[in-house]
Amino acid sequence: MSESSSAAALERLRLRRVGNLPVLEGPARASAYVCEAVSCLSTQSHEVLVGLADQITDAGLTDVAVKRVGCLGLCAAGPLVQIPETGQLFAHVRPDELGGIVEALVSATPGGARVPEAPFFSRQLRIVTENSGRIDPESLDDHLANGGFEALRIALTTMTPAEVREEISRSGLRGRGGAGYPTGLKWNTVAKANGAPKYVICNADEGDPGAFMDRSVLESDPYRVLEGMAIAAYAVGATEGYVYCRAEYPLAVSRLRKAIRAAANAGYLGAGILDTQFGFEVEVRQGAGAFVCGEETALIASLEGGRGTPTTRPPYPAVVGLWDQPTLINNVETFANVAPIIRNGGAWFAEIGTATSKGTKVFALAGRVVNTGLIEVPMGTTLREIVFDIGGGIVDGRAFKAVQTGGPSGGCIPAEFLDMGVDYESLVGVGSFMGSGGMIVMDDTSCMVDVARYFMDFCREESCGKCVPCRVGTTQLFMLLERITRGEATMDDLAQLERLGGMVQRTSLCGLGQGAPNPVFSTLRYFRHEYVAHIVDRVCPAGVCNFESASVPG
Amino acid sequence: MRVKAAKPAPPTDDKRWRVVETRMRRLGNRPDALIEALHSAQEAFGYLDDDALRFIGESLLVPPSKVFGVATFYHYFTLKPAGEHTCVVCTGTACYINGAADILTAIKAGLGVKARETTVDGKLSLLTARCLGACSLAPVAVVDGVVEGRVSGREFVARLETL
Repeated sequence: MSESSSAAALERLRLRRVGNLPVLEGPARASAYVCEAVSCLSTQSHEVLVGLADQITDAGLTDVAVKRVGCLGLCAAGPLVQIPETGQLFAHVRPDELGGIVEALVSATPGGARVPEAPFFSRQLRIVTENSGRIDPESLDDHLANGGFEALRIALTTMTPAEVREEISRSGLRGRGGAGYPTGLKWNTVAKANGAPKYVICNADEGDPGAFMDRSVLESDPYRVLEGMAIAAYAVGATEGYVYCRAEYPLAVSRLRKAIRAAANAGYLGAGILDTQFGFEVEVRQGAGAFVCGEETALIASLEGGRGTPTTRPPYPAVVGLWDQPTLINNVETFANVAPIIRNGGAWFAEIGTATSKGTKVFALAGRVVNTGLIEVPMGTTLREIVFDIGGGIVDGRAFKAVQTGGPSGGCIPAEFLDMGVDYESLVGVGSFMGSGGMIVMDDTSCMVDVARYFMDFCREESCGKCVPCRVGTTQLFMLLERITRGEATMDDLAQLERLGGMVQRTSLCGLGQGAPNPVFSTLRYFRHEYVAHIVDRVCPAGVCNFESASVPG
Repeated sequence: MRVKAAKPAPPTDDKRWRVVETRMRRLGNRPDALIEALHSAQEAFGYLDDDALRFIGESLLVPPSKVFGVATFYHYFTLKPAGEHTCVVCTGTACYINGAADILTAIKAGLGVKARETTVDGKLSLLTARCLGACSLAPVAVVDGVVEGRVSGREFVARLETL
């Protein structure tokens, strides 16, 4: 497509977007939602969007809208196009084969938005991602038309800061970054801390490999995160905020920056928000590829322009944070939960989930599972429902082996726990960790010793080097694991692995080192026989490890 | 008494320095703008050389030792010029499960480069990423800024050879 024809098509498209309807008289009879989150974009979804706009114009469909939306969830099948009026979802759409979609749009009849019937969609409960795949993430109007900034209005005009904090406490919301610290408690600590100004930081340094929930939320509904931050700032008495986002997410950064500008121009950020006395400024700062910066004290060091090395806590950032001022740090998903809680009440939220873990959790489902993508389910949903009903089971009909959660600080959960409901406590109970929500499904082609080696390699390279147990310990643990996967280890090495792992866990300065041995311990707990097979029989049961160059110990 | 230092001049009259200067000025030329300034210089020039580090340090009143410390702490910054083309292979968990290591092995066999190296002819720089968050398309690589999903070793190397 030439540049000028593409530009002309885009101009038509701009006019045909649902949130911006000068061409359409009355509501659209039917619409085509084209996913433009990173995963679909990299499979040419933008060409699909432009092509659809062209064809709909050529077909003279003056009552059909086309719009860019955020993540539709089923990333494996991208590019995705949805017709919300009929619930039809078109997968693997090719820019040169759009006839089927145009035909469906011709015959579509208006009605309420319908969810596709496949279990992938019907088993989900969407709170954080309720607007993902429904609104144009770059259109403030579209966001406002779907209830955007209503919660901020409610908070600023009808509630005191203490009442907002009370509502968040009542909801039982816990931090979605991994550790699950009660959000209301954290907000109260910052509110009561002495010092001004106070800061609000959104942690969007989603570093766990295999996790992309925060990226998706920021790319699909950036305003919601900003709204949550503004409500939090009001509740704790802060006036300035930062979103610390990974540089690896350029689309999220650019959508956030656009959203901040648009929201500030419309009076939802900046001074005198919604004609009240309350003002709140937000800036985006990019990380630079250091995993440890997800740790809150390291994140603060990085925001201050330095090397991202953590410091001991206490004092906690809630009391001594950015520029030594009281600072509230929450994760993207935590902030994205705030607006619906304020709109619907804490009691509503507390009814969803389990006794200790309220609400929903967004998971990035990836690995050897059919329906890889982004899902949101109530806390307490079983792993079996997630992997087999929503996830569609294992690729190529192979056997399920384990699901890895919690990233490099997490663990591998074997088949015997498939019927366990997932919440913060249950995951810790089986030796894993919620983490930010990555869920990697493994089948019988994965060697669990090699998985442990992979994560230790990650931690070894990402260790900031400040404390000895982590800097030296992770390297030693990695070397031990290397020997096992090369078939050069003895049972003494295995004992050493466990001893040293315990020491690194107990004595490291921050969560990176403390969590680093977890993948080793959890695979040893459930797959010890694989370690023994490598050491004693010199066999890799999964056929992953290569023993050819092994120098067998005497 | 604090004496305000004279505004340092950019290393060359290359217009791209203006972008870097603007970014720093927008952030008040404060020391905490260091990482953003490094980002903006790397975006403009492709890498950070000694002149760039010195200029940014002088502009933000950050000592050279700290500028160098920060620039080398973060994986995202590179102090060496990149090849004509860049290929980033994702080594996140989903890509690892789906064979990212095989891709790196194939590239090493075909083009003779390891991660963080550039081919002898300066054509291609090979990098790895922790996770690009496009896990559904695993294994993933980014060639000259374009994300490619479900990459398979041999075909992919053949394509890199024709760049």
